[in-house]
Amino acid sequence: MNAAVTAVGAVPQASPAPYVRIDRLTKRFGDFVAVRQVSLEIQRGEIFCLLGGSGCGKTTLLRMLAGFETPTEGAIYIDGVDVTQVPPYERPVNMMFQSYALFPHMTVAQNVAFGLKQDGTGRAEIESRVREMLSMVQLDGYEKRKPHQLSGGQRQRVALARALVKRPKLLLLDEPLGALDKKLREHTQFELVNLQEKLGVTFVIVTHDQEEAMTLASRIGVMRSGEILQVGTPADIYEFPNSRFVADFIGSVNMVDGRLIEDEPDHVRIECAQLGGIVYVDHGVSSPPDAPVSVAIRPEKIQLSRERPEQPDNVLQGVITGIAYLGDATRYLVRLPTGFVLRVTAPNVFRHEERLQHDELVWLQWHSSSPVVVTR
Amino acid sequence: MNDRRSFFVLTMLVFGFAFLYLPIVAMVIYSFNASRLVTVWDSANSPTLAWYVELFKNTQIMDAAKLSFRIASVNATGAVILGTLAAFALERYRRFRGRALFGLLTTAPMVLPEVITGLSLLLLFVALEQAVGWPHGRGSTTITIAHMTFSMAYAIVVIQARLATVDRSLEEAAMDLGARPWKVFVVITLPLIASAIASAWVLAFILSWDDIVITSFVSGPGSTTLPQLVFSKVRLGVSPDINALATILVLIVSVAVVVAGTYMMRRDRRRMRDAQAALGATG
Repeated sequence: MNAAVTAVGAVPQASPAPYVRIDRLTKRFGDFVAVRQVSLEIQRGEIFCLLGGSGCGKTTLLRMLAGFETPTEGAIYIDGVDVTQVPPYERPVNMMFQSYALFPHMTVAQNVAFGLKQDGTGRAEIESRVREMLSMVQLDGYEKRKPHQLSGGQRQRVALARALVKRPKLLLLDEPLGALDKKLREHTQFELVNLQEKLGVTFVIVTHDQEEAMTLASRIGVMRSGEILQVGTPADIYEFPNSRFVADFIGSVNMVDGRLIEDEPDHVRIECAQLGGIVYVDHGVSSPPDAPVSVAIRPEKIQLSRERPEQPDNVLQGVITGIAYLGDATRYLVRLPTGFVLRVTAPNVFRHEERLQHDELVWLQWHSSSPVVVTR
Repeated sequence: MNDRRSFFVLTMLVFGFAFLYLPIVAMVIYSFNASRLVTVWDSANSPTLAWYVELFKNTQIMDAAKLSFRIASVNATGAVILGTLAAFALERYRRFRGRALFGLLTTAPMVLPEVITGLSLLLLFVALEQAVGWPHGRGSTTITIAHMTFSMAYAIVVIQARLATVDRSLEEAAMDLGARPWKVFVVITLPLIASAIASAWVLAFILSWDDIVITSFVSGPGSTTLPQLVFSKVRLGVSPDINALATILVLIVSVAVVVAGTYMMRRDRRRMRDAQAALGATG
């Protein structure tokens, strides 16, 4: 630990020393830059999620943490130790593979015991730890099965047990729920979080599924073309996206172009030609005046009504052109006089309700704190 | 319509099998022929096992068979070891200097005319003997080395094809769990490609077992392999004990094929059943 403090001396020591520190990591494959100058700090016991589309570099970053790829530049510190050049078989890190990578010629127990055996752990201890781990993932009695005799969910749990049995400092999970069907997924993701809390192992998860990221992660890092665009809690990322891409990538959003016409520290007004009006936002933005900006409004933050709302700003009128009843909520498409179509989601609070109809003329409104102004 | 089609299929089947197997059947039948002339059926004294007895008494043939067996086994083992290493290098180290050239060179013996391979090996062996005194003369050693050079090419193809289907993440997972690269190769990679190694071994064995062209170039006076012997006997006029020998070989091959086939079918069926059981368990 002492070594780490001196090594990270340049970093402000306000927060506790990060458990995992990634320092300006770059990975190039020939001319292609897979990961570009990524710096990241992950605290002990955190579930950190790397979220991004395919080819954004998230898997390469994970593989560098595991030691399968050597960084072109930069360094990785785990628990204060520089592991950048440490081969995978000597890192205090284990990984759960997307394909689970269970050894097909070994039984469940042999799979789980594999890692302990490499360390030369005693036979009795291996046996008791394997049993303990298997009961933790609720696979007692499956010791003698081969992987092909298991269902997808069971395989996933064996993979998890195998990766956790060595008590790694850091567990890497590559799309941990990707191969499971929807029902099993929801069940498993809560189980995964429970297990993590029980063991206190730091998780780094890679996924392209934003719902998976939102439910699992304590913090999310959104990646695009090898760079991390934003790091924050799921709520931060959802409510305060810092760029067009993040706003668009996480959840559904109405994105309109605009121009700053009034820029005060406590509020701004943005002229949006697509909406045919002016958007009033009750917080300031750090952007040069007259600069082109984008306004992002989440569909669930817009309210629909038959009567004209009383608030003076952020009120529009439109015609409903599409209705999708989802049970818990209803999604509407509302066409404005300008021709622009806004997406609106309304919760179905009452069972008996005179629902809005197709082609109906409705008023739209939103609170002045709802729009997010992004400049890039 | 259906009837006509099945009739057509049946005819094709019969003709196909007849084309492939009638000569062998004829040979098997004639191996029980009492006559000394291969083409004349001596119906008075046949069938008889006389030629089988003769065959086992014929030390020349038995020696040649033993030599061929020894060469083929050593060759197959060597070819599989070298082939596995080469296949691993080609498949797992995707980028190294001269990889394309290496790949090309390893498979070249498959397309090179055997006469050229044989001649060049002969020249090499002679030059080597003059330069370093090894290999001493031509014999089973030079034959084995020569056979290895071309059967290795086939072994590489078979093993590399299997290696390509082995999920790399299995090896990475083993490494991630603390196994060093060599250990990973022994406990993970080798078991997973074992079936391919076995087939490569059999293939290399058979290639060596019936090779005559290359063997002719690199064999010496004391070392006559079975194909060489058969070939020289045939040139003097076929003697019926060759039929007996061939029949025994056919028998061995058939038994091996049937056993291997049954084993594989059983294994596949068991796997399928297990997979279904696992799916059923999740409900």
